[in-house]
This record gives sequence, C-alpha cells and structure tokens, in this order.
Amino acid sequence: MRLRHKDLLGLADLTPEEIDLILRTAGPLKKLFTRSIKKVPPLRGKTVALLFYEPSTRTRTSFELAAARLSADVLSLAVSSSSVQKGETLMDTALNLEAMKVDFMVVRHSVSGAPELLARGVRAHVVNAGDGNHEHPTQGLLDLFTIREKKKKIQGLTVAIIGDILHSRVARSNIWGLTKMGAKIRLCGPATLVPSEFRTAFGNQVEVTYNMKEALDGADVAYVLRLQLERQQENLFPSLREYHEFYGLDEKKLSWAKKDCLVMHPGPMNRGVEIASVVADGPQSVILDQVTNGIAVRMAVLYLLAGSSQAVPAPRAAERIAEREPS
Amino acid sequence: MKGTVSWARTQRSSGTLPRQKSLLIRGGRVIDPRNQRDEVCDVLIEGQHIHKIAKDIKPTRQMEVLEAGRLVVAPGLIDIHVHLREPGQEEKETIATGTAAAAMGGFTAVACMPNTVPPLDNVSQIQYVMMKARSDGHVRVYPVGAITKGQDGVELTEIGAMVRAGCVAISDDGKPVANAKLFRRALEYAKTFGLPVVDHCEDPDLAKGGVMNEGKLAVLLGLKGIPRQAEYIMVARNIALCELTGGQLHLAHLSTKESVALVRDAKKRGLPVTAETCPHYFALTEEAVANYNANAKMNPPLRTEDDRQAILAGLADGTLEVVASDHAPHTPAQKAREFDFAPFGIIGLETTLGLVLTELVQKGVMTLSAALAALSDAPARVFHLPGGHLSPGAPADLTLIDLKARHTVNTFTSKSQNSPFIGRMLQGKAVATIVGGEVVMSRGKLLRKPTC
Repeated sequence: MRLRHKDLLGLADLTPEEIDLILRTAGPLKKLFTRSIKKVPPLRGKTVALLFYEPSTRTRTSFELAAARLSADVLSLAVSSSSVQKGETLMDTALNLEAMKVDFMVVRHSVSGAPELLARGVRAHVVNAGDGNHEHPTQGLLDLFTIREKKKKIQGLTVAIIGDILHSRVARSNIWGLTKMGAKIRLCGPATLVPSEFRTAFGNQVEVTYNMKEALDGADVAYVLRLQLERQQENLFPSLREYHEFYGLDEKKLSWAKKDCLVMHPGPMNRGVEIASVVADGPQSVILDQVTNGIAVRMAVLYLLAGSSQAVPAPRAAERIAEREPS
Repeated sequence: MKGTVSWARTQRSSGTLPRQKSLLIRGGRVIDPRNQRDEVCDVLIEGQHIHKIAKDIKPTRQMEVLEAGRLVVAPGLIDIHVHLREPGQEEKETIATGTAAAAMGGFTAVACMPNTVPPLDNVSQIQYVMMKARSDGHVRVYPVGAITKGQDGVELTEIGAMVRAGCVAISDDGKPVANAKLFRRALEYAKTFGLPVVDHCEDPDLAKGGVMNEGKLAVLLGLKGIPRQAEYIMVARNIALCELTGGQLHLAHLSTKESVALVRDAKKRGLPVTAETCPHYFALTEEAVANYNANAKMNPPLRTEDDRQAILAGLADGTLEVVASDHAPHTPAQKAREFDFAPFGIIGLETTLGLVLTELVQKGVMTLSAALAALSDAPARVFHLPGGHLSPGAPADLTLIDLKARHTVNTFTSKSQNSPFIGRMLQGKAVATIVGGEVVMSRGKLLRKPTC
C-alpha cells in the first residue's frame, strides 16, 4: 500500500488505513534507534528543507534527525529572521527552494492553511509541521503511535484532552486521528477555551465537558495541552493559579482516571500550571516516549511520501503560459 | 442582428456623442421598475436625457439607431458600494480601471467608499475624486465622504462642505464607528443635508482578529472566527440610534439572518432605514473558504446556508432593497498570501449583474423587474441620485442586457482579479452601457475615451 497524497497537511485528509500504514511503518524504523549506526539509505540524494516560521526546538530537531537517519540532506532555514524581514512572501521563498530542487518542504507556520497554500504551488512534498490553530499531523501520529505502543490498541479507548482546545493544532490532529482509529474523546477546559462547536464538528465521538472529574472518569489517556501563558492577557481565564486549581493535572485529579491511564503532553510543559511535576515525571507519564517516537513517525512520513503515487500538483498558471510560448 | 447591439448608421470605436445628437434604441424589452413599465418599445434619447418612450418611434436621418431586439433595456445600473482605491492604492485599482470595470458590468454610476489613502475625509479629497472621475472615468462617480476625520472614529468631518463638493453619503466603511454617541451625532448632523449615513455594521472588539465566520468550519480550519453577533449587535444599535435621531440610515453589505429580521422590523415601524446585501452573500456560503481560498475572504465573512436563505428572503420581500457589489480590489500577490495575512474583499463590478440574473431571477427568488430595481431604482433613491429610472427628462443612463448570454467568469477589466466566482457559469450579461446618452460599452468593448 502507498500513500495517495503528495503532501501530509493534516490527519483530516487521511483514511484509517493510511494512518495505520504510517504507524506500522514507524515500528521497524524505531528499532533502528537501538543500533549503533542509526542511519538507513532510502532518502539518499534527496533534500529536505525545514521552513520554520515559528520558533520550535523539539519539532525541528525531530524532523532534522528523522531526515538525517534516512540519509537525506537537510536544509534548515531560520526563515523568521531572514527572508520575511526583507519582505519576501511565503510562496516566493518556497519557489526559490523549489528552484534549488528541494524534494521536501517541512513547514511550521503561525497561520492556519499556510502549508496548504504551499502544497498547491510547489511540486515538492509538503509536510505540515504545525500550522496556526489548524493541525500538527506528525504530532498526532506520534501520539497515536505511543498510545498503540503502550495500550496495544486505540479502538475503544477513552482519551481526555485537557486544556486550551481552541488554540491547539495538536488537539485537532489528535481528535481526527483518534476518532478515525475508533477512540472516544472527551475535551475538557474552561468554556472560553473549549467552544461548543467541538461537540459536533468532528463527528459524534467527541464529548465536551468543563468538569475534570467527568473528563477523567475511567479515562485510558489524559492528554494535557500546553497553555499559552499570554492567554491570560486575553481574559480567557482569570489567573494561572485558578487555572491550575481547576484544570491543572495533579495526582488527585489523575486518580479519577483508570489506574493505568497514560499521561501525555506535547511539550514544552509549564510545570505547575497545566501539569504538576509529580505527574509529569510520574510512572504513568509517557511524555519522553512521545519524543522518541516522534522521530520514528516522522521518518515513516518522509519515507512514505517519497514513494507516494500522487507526485505532482497541477501546473501553475505561469507554467501553462510558458508551455504555450514557442521555445 | 438578433440579440446583439448594432449601429444602423455608423459604428464608432471611440469619441463622444455630440450633445444634440439623438439616439433611438429600438425594439427592446424596456423594463423601468419605477414607472412599472415592462413592454417592448422604443426609447428616444435627445442629447443627455431621455426624451420619449413609445412604440414605433420613427427614426429620422439625424438619429443614430441602436437595434435592441431581444435585449432588455433597463435603467442604468447603479452600484452604491465600490472601492476605487484611488488615491493611494493605485496598484489595486484606479478611477479609470474601476469605472471601466463598472461599464463592462453594466453599471452607469458608482459610489466610491472613502477608505482610500488618505481617506476621503475633506473637501480636497472629494474634489480630487470628482476631478479624476471627470477626466478618467467611464461612468459617473459619486464619492462617499468619511464620517470621521481619518476614519478614526473621534471627530466628525466637515460634512456640509463635503456635500457641497459632491459627496452623496457618509461612511467610515471598513472602520465602523464604535462610539454610539458619535454615530448618533453623525445621524443627526447629516440630517441637516438630507444625507444618508452608511455603516459597516461590526462591533470591532467582537470581530477583532477574526478572518471568517465563527462556527464549526472555523473550528475545523483553525481560523479565528467573526461571530454573527458582531454584525447584528451593531445593526440593532444603529437602528436604535436611527429611531432616536430620525436620521437616514443605510446598512451596508448585510450577511446574517438576524440582521435581516432587525431591518424588517425597523421598516415595519416606519424608520428611515435602508439596507443592502452583495451577490456573494446570496450566492456563496462559508464553505467557499474551506480550502483556505483567500479569494473568498471578505468582511463581513461568508456565513451559513441559513443566513444565505434569509438573505434571499430579505431580497424577495424587499427588506434588502439594494444589491451592491462591495467591489474591493486587491492585487494577486496580496491575495496569494497566507489566509490570515491576505486582505479582506473581492471584486464584483463585473459579476454582480450575472449573479443577480442567475441566482435570483432564474431561480425565481425575484422577478426581473424587482431585481433590476435593486440595481437601479433603489440605489438611486437611497443615495438621492439622478437616474435609476427611464422617465422623460431623466439622465440617459441605460443598460442593455442579454438574458440568454451564457458566459464563464474568467478575466476581468478591473485591475485586480480577486474573485471567488472565477470559473462559474453565469447566464445574462450587459451588452451595452449608456451614460448620458453616450454608449460607453458595447459588446464587451469600451468605447468612451477618457479625456486624459
């Protein structure tokens, strides 16, 4: 089986079979990590460009390692400090990279839909490394991989996603991925951060509650989202102290979940705000496993996209005009 | 020649008609909503005015004759919500290119909004637009002045002086007047001059940062929404202030079900409130932005199917008496940016008539006469403009329409091309535009040569 997509823009676009394919491909790739030589050759001669329009350490490093372990050449662009300041647009930057025959563009951007814009305009494979509040598909996939690795299944599990759902691309990718694979979702946070539209937007496997006890009762996974501290300035909640009291995952709240409930977090954590240190570092935490698995999953994504059957987008208008002109 | 415009005597490529010339438009289906006329007859134009409408007017040797068999002969279409971008953003549009697009779309007059750079907030700016319109314009241009200096929502402009210079309405379009007291004063003061006050109804705080309709789709796309309440809270406020002051209130580009209901109720109570909507609000829903298509990014944003149905009902029962384009040109480079960064607005001068005919008339929402009234008679009444009807003595502004002409929206005369309707098949288009007795567009060609 192959991926039927040129790009990975979001988990909304993938079928359960495609998600399963990525997760199955990541399994053997993870085994490589235990070897002394962690490199394999499938992407030798290919170039992966990392365009990070937002600061990110962990995702960028993870993609860099994933590409390097597949033997690709990696080009890491600190875009925010160069072209943008000179006034270059996203598409101009991408077209320049394409002119340099880059094969993959991994894009992190503060605006939802930016990777889709790129994907429509370039022939290279575009991988969304997080766009605005929209999706963070590789994070979703690594979370699915981690849950399946620990629980041996996803179907039938209850996953509580806690925190700032409204602004979370991680939450959206997880909701798509987990519901497609048969899990039930409970979203929990203050009403300002969990709009009621989430109840119906993703199908009927999503519940919304503002009560942590209801969210965690019998849950198999407690997925805690990072809280952007500046949200307090927007009056989305009155204080960090109050937030922690009601929605911070501590030992007591975790006890409402199943005994073997996994604790997950996409990082970086605000310890003492959305999660207590004792929980983050406790026996149920798989937060560092998520980080390890991220590399395997991103390797699987790059590997599968390189072999995907749908390689090229429709030619752009400028090319169509050029084709008509006599040479 | 059936269904086309042909000159019986001479085919002119450019130049102006001598003022004394007579023009006879023969054999068209003349629809004049204000005078409740819908019949096949002839229209005789003497100089710049309509002289006579009757059956079988005999042509004389001095007359030029325009055969309009199978065409609809309508009052010249008037678009009271257009952004011509001059001065200051000439890369998007100019008075020359914007009025050329208007002529191509069948409009004989446009009212241009004041959010230029700098804004039209003083006599000099109004005079500049009037002067450029006289020299470069293909159709009539009526400037709308700003309500507040710099559109800053703090201090009223010199409204009287702007009226004297040619301004036909006031609006801070694009920057709604948030201060209720100031908006009250604007309504009261504008009454002195019988001037309509136009508001883009949007609570700026509620809408802040939003780029599309708030709801399920915005959640899925991860885009910040603009709640419908941002619009209709302001509609309600403005209607209340209209009631308080008795000033003439015109509500621009309404998009929500609740706004329509509020206007309907205000009209029942006899308040001097008028309202417009735009073709995109009855032809599209928020689904048009589902693939982050910035060409469908506009303000107010495209709403839901429920809203679209309410807009159709509002048009059908006359609650929304005006259809305006909200022609808002932006360059392709600006619209090719990330969705959040792309500017709001689409062009509309060249698609409005086709969309009205296709979506409203063909689908039985409105009669042809009512639809043409929303594009001519009603806008003329709302802004107190000459034209909009075909009574003897009225300005000889007419639009000739071929109802059978099927065409795919493709390229535009406007300097910008930002339309979500590219590729859409429309039925019905303007085949001739006549301004002051002069044919400025015929069969897709501009005939008038601006004086500079």
